[in-house]
Amino acid sequence: MKIHRPRMAPSAVVWLLLAGAYFFLPLYATLDFSLKKNAIGAPCCTLHNYGWVIHNGDFWHTIKISFILALETIVISLLLFVPTIYWVHLKVPKLRPVLAFMALVPFVVPPIVMVVGLLKTFKGTPHWFYAEPWGFLATAYVILAFPYTFFSLDAGFRAIDVHTLTEASQSLGAKWTTTLFKVILPNIRTAALGAAFLTLAVVMGEFTIANLAAFHTFPIFLQYVNESQGFPAGALTLLSFMITWGAMLSLLLVGRKRGARSAVIAGAR
Amino acid sequence: MATLPFFAYTLAFLFVPAASVMVGAFQDKRDHATFSNIHLLFQHPYIDAYWGSLRISLVTATLGCIVGLFVAYAAIRDGTPRWIRSVLTTFSGVAANFGGIPLAFAFIATVGPLGVVTTWFRNAGYDTSVRWPQFQLFSERGVELAYLYFQLPLMILVIAPAIDGLKREWREAASNLGAKQWQFWRHVGIPVLMPSFLGAFILLFGNAFAAYATAYSLNQGQNIVPIVIGNYYTGNVLDNPHLAQALAFGMFVVLAAMMLVYIPLQRRAARWAK
Repeated sequence: MKIHRPRMAPSAVVWLLLAGAYFFLPLYATLDFSLKKNAIGAPCCTLHNYGWVIHNGDFWHTIKISFILALETIVISLLLFVPTIYWVHLKVPKLRPVLAFMALVPFVVPPIVMVVGLLKTFKGTPHWFYAEPWGFLATAYVILAFPYTFFSLDAGFRAIDVHTLTEASQSLGAKWTTTLFKVILPNIRTAALGAAFLTLAVVMGEFTIANLAAFHTFPIFLQYVNESQGFPAGALTLLSFMITWGAMLSLLLVGRKRGARSAVIAGAR
Repeated sequence: MATLPFFAYTLAFLFVPAASVMVGAFQDKRDHATFSNIHLLFQHPYIDAYWGSLRISLVTATLGCIVGLFVAYAAIRDGTPRWIRSVLTTFSGVAANFGGIPLAFAFIATVGPLGVVTTWFRNAGYDTSVRWPQFQLFSERGVELAYLYFQLPLMILVIAPAIDGLKREWREAASNLGAKQWQFWRHVGIPVLMPSFLGAFILLFGNAFAAYATAYSLNQGQNIVPIVIGNYYTGNVLDNPHLAQALAFGMFVVLAAMMLVYIPLQRRAARWAK
């Protein structure tokens, strides 16, 4: 009997073409805008807008702030969540559903609600916290990153045998810190990297909290350029795309295992 | 205990601020208890902002769910090459995490007044802003069109495992027993997919309901709750912060109600996801 290889259904072709056009056109249009001179109808193509971006001091200033913020958020998140999730998996598995439930809370308290509460709660706190991105914004971003970090790390810890690794390490005389850093951490490296890339993508695109709390991060600069200069904004937008895409594709590359990408709701919008 | 720093942190930066919004919603300017802020939410213009948010969320969640389901099914079903599926899920993983200011600009460049697609039509002698569909990007429909750019990928990501759960043996068993295609969908396919579909709907609804940056960038006058809240803080009109807190509290109530429906649905959907 001949093995019959089914052909693609016509309706499937139509749906996929429609989706492809919808997803592709805005990317193409952004590229098209970024290559235009500052006049409608001028001939294609010029790298003028990219030069504008590279020579813009505010661009470098704000992207530096956002990038350092992302790194700070990643470090605080990992310091906070890795020991917690490790401990929960090792000693108090009953707490795991509690943590999973808490990771859903940011869905109910989205950034726009969170920032209202944070501004109210921390009004009047010292200047170094309330008026500095490294204080106020970073603490808020750790909460934003919490669901991604939790689900990513949780999947990582579930994939390894926490008990055996810990017992082996301890019976050889290792201290808790040695066990955590030398034994556990290398084994959940992929999950931690995945969490870090997600956090990077979220922080580099976060607009809501920064705008309401009046901090000048990269997305705020992008919005300012959007409002004032259409064509350089194309180049800047494309760059912003590439940051998000770079972070997310790295995530997919390091985390080919299932589960590493279970968290999908982001904070950038 | 080793979990203490974590609980202290979430208490200080998540639960206390969230609680302060709830308390503040019921206080007047001198911190006395009052229902007047909540009462105001049901008055013009605030109730209109809630209706605006609900409309945009319902429209984009409905369209996102239905179109996303068909696109995901088209990519997964037999006959479609495997690479299409992996390209689509990879792309969706990226696009679902992407939105805000860059997304708004991408749509301005595409279907804005000077956008690439708008220009194509205009050069062909057809002005889409005057004749059908009379499309304006800086309007509710424009915001909805842009939101779908992250709603569709989210739906594809969430529903793909459920479609995978429709086992080929079930279809073979059904057809061996003489079932027609529609009978398979009516008695097996749709009932199995339904909990995942409804769960995804709630996820998409909340996703659009909470969104701020994309709408802000497209139209700062868009009458939806996040933008009204934002105007209180960015527009120097903060004479009564408790009203902003009440507006935020209203959002919380809507999203919490969604979550209460979502959790049992999620449990039901997990039954077939083995």
